[in-house]
Amino acid sequence: MSSHHPAADALHLQSVVDAHASLPGALLPMLHAIQDEFGHVPDQAVPVIARSLNLSRAEVHGVITFYHHFRNHAPGRHVVQVCRAEACQAVGAVALEAHAKKCLGIDFHETTADGAVTLEAVYCLGNCAVGPSLRIDDDIVGRVTPEGFDEIIAELRAEVTA
Amino acid sequence: MSTRIYVPIDSTALSLGAEKVAKAIAAEAAKRGIAIELVRNGSRGAFWLEPLVEVQTPAGRMAYGPVQPKDVAALFDAGFVTGGQHALSLGLTDDIAYLKNQERLTSARIGITDPLSLDDYIAHGGYEGLVAAFGMSGADIVKEVTDSGLRGRGGAAFPTGIKWNTVLGASADQKYIVCNADEGDSGTFSDRMIMEGDPYVLIEGMTIAGIAVGATRGYIYLRSEYPHAFATLKEAIRRARAAGWLGQDVRGSGKAFELEVRLGAGAYICGEETSLLESLEGKRGIVRFKPPLPALQGLFGKPTVINNVISLASVPIILARGGAYYRNYGMGRSRGTLPFQLAGNIKRGGLVEKAFGLTMNELIHDFGGGTLSGRPVRAVQVGGPLGAYVPASQFDMPLDYEEYAKNGAMIGHGGIVVFDDTVDMAHMARYAMEFCAVESCGKCTPCRIGSTRGVEVIDRIVANEQRGKNIALLQSLCDTMLNGSLCALGGMAPYPVLSALNHFPEDFGVDKTEAA
Repeated sequence: MSSHHPAADALHLQSVVDAHASLPGALLPMLHAIQDEFGHVPDQAVPVIARSLNLSRAEVHGVITFYHHFRNHAPGRHVVQVCRAEACQAVGAVALEAHAKKCLGIDFHETTADGAVTLEAVYCLGNCAVGPSLRIDDDIVGRVTPEGFDEIIAELRAEVTA
Repeated sequence: MSTRIYVPIDSTALSLGAEKVAKAIAAEAAKRGIAIELVRNGSRGAFWLEPLVEVQTPAGRMAYGPVQPKDVAALFDAGFVTGGQHALSLGLTDDIAYLKNQERLTSARIGITDPLSLDDYIAHGGYEGLVAAFGMSGADIVKEVTDSGLRGRGGAAFPTGIKWNTVLGASADQKYIVCNADEGDSGTFSDRMIMEGDPYVLIEGMTIAGIAVGATRGYIYLRSEYPHAFATLKEAIRRARAAGWLGQDVRGSGKAFELEVRLGAGAYICGEETSLLESLEGKRGIVRFKPPLPALQGLFGKPTVINNVISLASVPIILARGGAYYRNYGMGRSRGTLPFQLAGNIKRGGLVEKAFGLTMNELIHDFGGGTLSGRPVRAVQVGGPLGAYVPASQFDMPLDYEEYAKNGAMIGHGGIVVFDDTVDMAHMARYAMEFCAVESCGKCTPCRIGSTRGVEVIDRIVANEQRGKNIALLQSLCDTMLNGSLCALGGMAPYPVLSALNHFPEDFGVDKTEAA
């Protein structure tokens, strides 16, 4: 899911939409496919989806904005999610969250100026016996200390300059 | 003959470096010219020992852990391939007290088998339940499940057999089996462990449900926070279909059952069953009014069985061994076992499947070994973010649905989050309201507005602005949410808030004697 997503040209977008249009309850699988492909659900996808599923644009917009997972702008090369839930709080998640924001210089839902990292909150990764936990793209990391966080971010940034 | 070495592929094991350990073992074995067969199993659930590496020896599986890549060369030097001693040796896996003292029914195979191997699954008793079900009428299957005393493991504890019976009795051209795999409660991971570590048991349970009630299609609604479970389930479904365990004629039984896994999108509310159905239909996850019950008008308006992962995964053993076998475990009206999950500030966190009736003290001290920090336990939150905070004085209460309910608490999905004495309970109460505000679907006012007002009132209490008056206001607000909300989110968010206030008033700036 990380790094280079293609720009959402109309033809490509239409093909992703068409591939899912006939599923029962197609909208969520379709939105996932679009976000997996382009890194986000671009605004121009809304009328295309609406036409395909015979919905109003308002309905499609409503679904996209209801779910925390979907975003309408491109993320950084990596998405880092910090777990805020109770089990992680019991072992220092509040401090880790503060450290993450300070270290990256951004708040939740923002992307670092170098485009390396988008920071998000997440409510439970199911890794509750070995928190505090992070998800970096599709990888989950447990027992994350502030120093461990710095190392992870340094590695993510090094990939870019390499 | 090559030696079989197990390195878990469970998310928690991976989060602690299991992938690098597996690679290091493969590389070291190749370097030394030692023939090994690397099996990626699920986790045994003793998470503090992960990555837990096991080696098959004539005496049984020998365990080593927690193993880091830097330990691998030394393990080979110590002859671990033949069960040699090393500082990380844990002896035979089956003799580890944490595992030995459990009663594993639902999670019996997790960590033992290769999750994706159908041969392994069948060799360990898999599909015995479904094969038994082939020879039974739908009503007989439902009766077996009813007789087992199985209740919904998602948290609501509604008798599974009664739910199935309603769907069985409904007539429709299409019925559905929906698995609620939106395991969003903090402190819970048993669903994830089943899906990653023994996916076929869930597939089998859903197939039995389908045959029982006459449903030919199933959906697993999985939360998007579980990417590994998603990959495992998709592959398991593909293999089950290829082997004829899913499809238009399941293993020549003449029964059809098709199964698909769908991803949620980060909405906690979609763990609520009607909201989940809306989401599966491609809509916003807004809670529906009940009635109509999903059993009569569920997915796409059709009769639908909707059950949690653990409920469905408990069905195969009930069919294989009989309802009475399962029912023999447990106490009172809480029959069978529950895979408890020890989480948060705990020394030996992980999965502990036990019959109902044991106490919190046994779980967090005997199994869990107390806190990770070594400080005293102050409170545990049982049953997820909507569950009450239980103080140490109540740790002798038996873990039973009714006993907990009597004390204003709930067992829910069996998640237990431990906090030491540094926890600020006013902060936790505020967080419960904040979480409810973030995750509210917005349909009903007590939940949508009440949660936001709750955060504000708690802030005022902590800041000592008219504290007495604001505490009364918070209690009244909680009363409104408890009684006026449409579903469990707004209806139960007051549990952690009120239990924090009642048991730990000093954290809210209230004198303990004054509050009592």
